[in-house]
Amino acid sequence: MSGDARPRAPAPDADGPAGTDVLPARVSAPLLSVRDLRTYFHTDAGVARAVDGISFDLRRGEILGIVGESGCGKSVTSLSILGLVPDPPGRIMPGSSVRLRGRELVGLPVRELRAVRGADIAMIFQEPMTSLNPVYPVGDQVAEPLRLHLGLSRRAARTRAVELLELVGIAAPERRVSEYPHQLSGGMRQRVMIAMALACEPDILIADEPTTALDVTIQAQILELIAGLRERLGMAVLLITHDLGIVAETCDQVLVMYAGRAVESGPVESIFRMPGHPYTEGLLGAVPRLGEDADRLAVIPGQVPSAYAWPPGCRFAARCPYAWERCAQEPPLLPGLSVPLSGAGVAEQGTAARCWLVEEPERRAGAGFSSGAEAAR
Amino acid sequence: MTEGTLRAAAPPAVHPREGDSQWAIAARRFRRDRLALGGLALVVILSALAIFAPLAAPYDPIAQHDIVATSLQPPSPAHALGTDLFGRDVLSRIIYGARISLTIGFLAVIISVTLGTLLGAVAGYFGGWADTLVMRFTDTVLAFPRLILLILIVALFHPSVLLIILVLGFTQWPGTARIVRGEVLSLREREFIQAARALGFGRARIILRHIVPNVLGPVIVAATLGIGNTIVLEAGLSFLGLGVQPPMPSWGSMVADGRGNLIGAWWVATFPGLTIVLTVLAFNLVGDGLRDALDPRLRQ
Repeated sequence: MSGDARPRAPAPDADGPAGTDVLPARVSAPLLSVRDLRTYFHTDAGVARAVDGISFDLRRGEILGIVGESGCGKSVTSLSILGLVPDPPGRIMPGSSVRLRGRELVGLPVRELRAVRGADIAMIFQEPMTSLNPVYPVGDQVAEPLRLHLGLSRRAARTRAVELLELVGIAAPERRVSEYPHQLSGGMRQRVMIAMALACEPDILIADEPTTALDVTIQAQILELIAGLRERLGMAVLLITHDLGIVAETCDQVLVMYAGRAVESGPVESIFRMPGHPYTEGLLGAVPRLGEDADRLAVIPGQVPSAYAWPPGCRFAARCPYAWERCAQEPPLLPGLSVPLSGAGVAEQGTAARCWLVEEPERRAGAGFSSGAEAAR
Repeated sequence: MTEGTLRAAAPPAVHPREGDSQWAIAARRFRRDRLALGGLALVVILSALAIFAPLAAPYDPIAQHDIVATSLQPPSPAHALGTDLFGRDVLSRIIYGARISLTIGFLAVIISVTLGTLLGAVAGYFGGWADTLVMRFTDTVLAFPRLILLILIVALFHPSVLLIILVLGFTQWPGTARIVRGEVLSLREREFIQAARALGFGRARIILRHIVPNVLGPVIVAATLGIGNTIVLEAGLSFLGLGVQPPMPSWGSMVADGRGNLIGAWWVATFPGLTIVLTVLAFNLVGDGLRDALDPRLRQ
């Protein structure tokens, strides 16, 4: 599969064989298969290992959420899939693999990669205020990928643009096509962005914090729209967010990222019911819940370590209430079932956590995250 | 306009209408600027005179008849701005001179703006060594004293209108290139350019269709101001005898012809000189008006 013939990067860290990370298998063959993705930034200050060995599968019709706090590598992961990381300084390291229906995208010539972008995998961004070109009417912008990738005529592309605007729930689309971005609200602009992304009926939609800049009611509408389109068009969605509420509502699978790596993955319900990794536990504890009486929310003390110098053992050890000597020395692996990377074979709906607690669960007793109030005391 | 903030609640100042492009909004703002409108009127009148010079000019600008009788006549009903040493009507020569000056101004600026925009966009978009190469080349061109460079080139070759257009065009682009590069540097990081990349658009398409239209505002301002600048330079060259060659009428050479007799026949040099001043002023007023109309920061 991925790394048997090609030269592997001389591992610059002593973290052990990240390439052996294998996720729990799900039944059907994956649409998108990411294996040991490493994206490093070579700067004057050194090498920032922003994404450091991420693996996951995305299946048809599935919504996979990638969560984590700022700077954990979520966005770089999504940009790496489409080869959009600015190079220099960013580089997808040898040994990384991103396969779309079995076709390797890493190392593909730019020309071929462009044919994938927009047509097979489309992406929407965080900031709807600036993601539309201010000098063109929105209809032209929705029509442009249609003309480029599908070779539609000007008139056909415009007709289709109207249909697409209607599909994403824009009222009076015949009128809106000729309006300019500054005449639309933030929520409407994000809908236009989605229409642009959907124009060529991609198999995969990558949504990088699609609702962060929108207010809560619009947020819900946009997420509903994405989830609804997934059902109607059967596309897969990779939803990048830092909001666990969004994950709980929208996603089927979740991948929790910390310090450039996946620390936990699995079906949303299982992970929300029983978080396996202390980081996930901390994130869940930091979300206020309706009907639960808490003066203060639990906090995860400290900060994400620097991507220029990840700690040698578990990257979360310094902030982990359960950590013991082993955590500081030995990097835990993300345990999985040793199935072939295609994922066929085992139909286990399990979760996996990159933590030594999996091996020594008895150490969980008696420790845990404290609330902000206790921490302050 | 602060980016990253939610502006849903802020009422738009210039009420957008349906299908309202930034150009339409700018045009509405421009229409409220009286000085700029005055400048524009002057530019339109000058252009009309230049285009319809054979109809507008009362006399032939070149032909000489009975020099002794017609030489150096002061302004009179027959010759509104007087006649020059060779008995030619000054007004007619100014009108025909407008043809030359405006043609040189417009064409040279088209060359310089096209060149400057493309070079600036490439430097700003690609960055790295392309940026270094283009910008150091720009610095080199800027380091030459332009008038001396112009004199050198024109002196080496036979001066002709085409040569002057080319020389002025190929020495004026650095200003535009710098403006465009600066704009592109910030545009490049905007999300719609990222989005264009994510949709699989090629680099040429992104630069030409998505970046260049967004820098057109400052480019148009630079171009308008550049026309005035070019006209002054052309007049300077012609004044020195290195520009438009006689008997073709040119404002610069008319000033040169009249300067020897400023006391005896002040009208020969004064009227072409005033025309130069008024023309440049008109273009600068239009340029300033466009700058105000197109600047998004003033859109409050």
